[in-house]
Amino acid sequence: MDAIVVEELRKRYKAVQALDGVSFAVREGEVFGLLGPNGAGKSTTVRVLTTLTKPDSGRAFVAGEDVLAHPNRVRRSIGYVAQDSGVDWEATGRENLLLQGRIHGMAGKPLHARVDELLGLVGLEDAANRVARGYSGGMKRRLDIAIGLVHKPKVLFLDEPTTGLDPEARAAMWIEVERLAQAESLTILLTTHYLEEADRLAERVAIVSKGKIVVGGPPDELKRDLQGESVSVELAEQNGRLADAERIVGGIGSEVKVEGQVVRTRVPNGAHAIPVILGALDDAGIEVASVTTARPSLDDVYLHYTGRDFSAEDEEGTR
Amino acid sequence: MQTARQTGWMVVRQARNLMREPIWIAMMIIQPMLWLLLYGQLFSKITQLQAGTGSYSEVITPGIVCMNAFFGGMWSGMAMISDLDRHVIDRFLAAPASRLAIVLSQVVRAGITAILQALILLLVALALGVRVHGGFPGWLVVFAASFLLAMAFAGLSHGLALLMRRESSMIAAANFVGMPLMFLSSILLTTALMPGWIKAITRFNPVNWGVDAARSAVVYGNNWGQSLAHLGFLVAAAAATSLFATWCFRAYQRSI
Repeated sequence: MDAIVVEELRKRYKAVQALDGVSFAVREGEVFGLLGPNGAGKSTTVRVLTTLTKPDSGRAFVAGEDVLAHPNRVRRSIGYVAQDSGVDWEATGRENLLLQGRIHGMAGKPLHARVDELLGLVGLEDAANRVARGYSGGMKRRLDIAIGLVHKPKVLFLDEPTTGLDPEARAAMWIEVERLAQAESLTILLTTHYLEEADRLAERVAIVSKGKIVVGGPPDELKRDLQGESVSVELAEQNGRLADAERIVGGIGSEVKVEGQVVRTRVPNGAHAIPVILGALDDAGIEVASVTTARPSLDDVYLHYTGRDFSAEDEEGTR
Repeated sequence: MQTARQTGWMVVRQARNLMREPIWIAMMIIQPMLWLLLYGQLFSKITQLQAGTGSYSEVITPGIVCMNAFFGGMWSGMAMISDLDRHVIDRFLAAPASRLAIVLSQVVRAGITAILQALILLLVALALGVRVHGGFPGWLVVFAASFLLAMAFAGLSHGLALLMRRESSMIAAANFVGMPLMFLSSILLTTALMPGWIKAITRFNPVNWGVDAARSAVVYGNNWGQSLAHLGFLVAAAAATSLFATWCFRAYQRSI
């Protein structure tokens, strides 16, 4: 059975069509990634699925319940870890957890036992009785996750779980999420704008762009479907001939992209293409500093299916 | 039942969080005393204009008690803004938390704070020689008036907070609503001294329902029927504004 089914969700905020017909399904027990740049509609999708807001049209089912018809039943079976921490700063970690449990109708010994268990699970035993105001960003995030898990939900929503964390805390969070998915036998819907995060954590991803799902599947398959390799050519210096280089490389490979002094393209076979590219650049008198080839990344998948550059669009969405 | 339990636990949360803020506690205690001492001095000559019983202190004490409760309620929505900013509300809403419980916990918290302040004020006033002519029932009426006034305006304030969701707009709205209601009431002056048209308006001002009830309990210790009627109006007002605030969650959820 599918833990989450989403059919043709549409939602408009004044001038912005946030969701433009989003459909996907998440299998029970899997970690599913909604990947897309900022402003693509990931968080809006999650807010609909967690009953926080309603779509203009479309249907959605979570743990077998209709989010529009029976929001309270959905709320009982989900945990929600929002993009922005929902921690009560003036309460201790333990008090935050106890209140959330009580909202879910838990009480007494079972509640206290569960709270202790979770504090251990996310490594906050020592900080449990301190006011959360003094927690680090990573600690608040771990408390958020524990809050989302207190009532043993079937489905956990993690909206941008590592945004705002430093690389070290992010890596720790990845291990945490993997462990929790196991320990709590959860279905997890994760949204992220970090390609590597989706690659690392999600068994299947759906790429979202401008309120639509562009393509979906296991990350490895998506990358394999993009035949060939990407070639990055770094020019020797600021020689003002980037445009020429882009034109020449574009004549040989497809999906050309310029980043600083690097020209990237995709070719069927790197070993065959590199001598051709270098020869053509040499003929034009453009000096090259280095050449590298790589298997396609999710970045390339995004570029391939949307025709747009992921990081450029991500920054645009932030503004 | 579920709503009552959740309300209880949420009141516990707020009370505990406030207890961790010594400055808030100090302000809660000192501010009403300042009002009482300042206004008591400022308007002390007014007694000469006044016919009937009671020193001006006796007239103004219930007024200050009610003003304090009313302002406390009117500003209490700031707590909702802070919970919205910290996304605590979203967390509750995605869990099976009753919207009414979220509102009631804030409203009850405002009411309890107002009772505590009323107690402090009455004790200070006693020290200044004020007598509560209504005796024990009089005290109860003063407490009930402050409790209900704070709740009625806390409901309104939380509704506005959910509609506006911004601190600056909230401050503007609290002043916009609060100031006229204060000056169109008999908080500082008895109705006997008011121009006729203001006197007419005060009858419909919920602030005045509280002031009238509390004042007749302190100054005269009679007229219980009217006091109870006014308290009844306030109960209705508190229920109406609480329901209004609960309804405002719809507007908030449409916006996110």
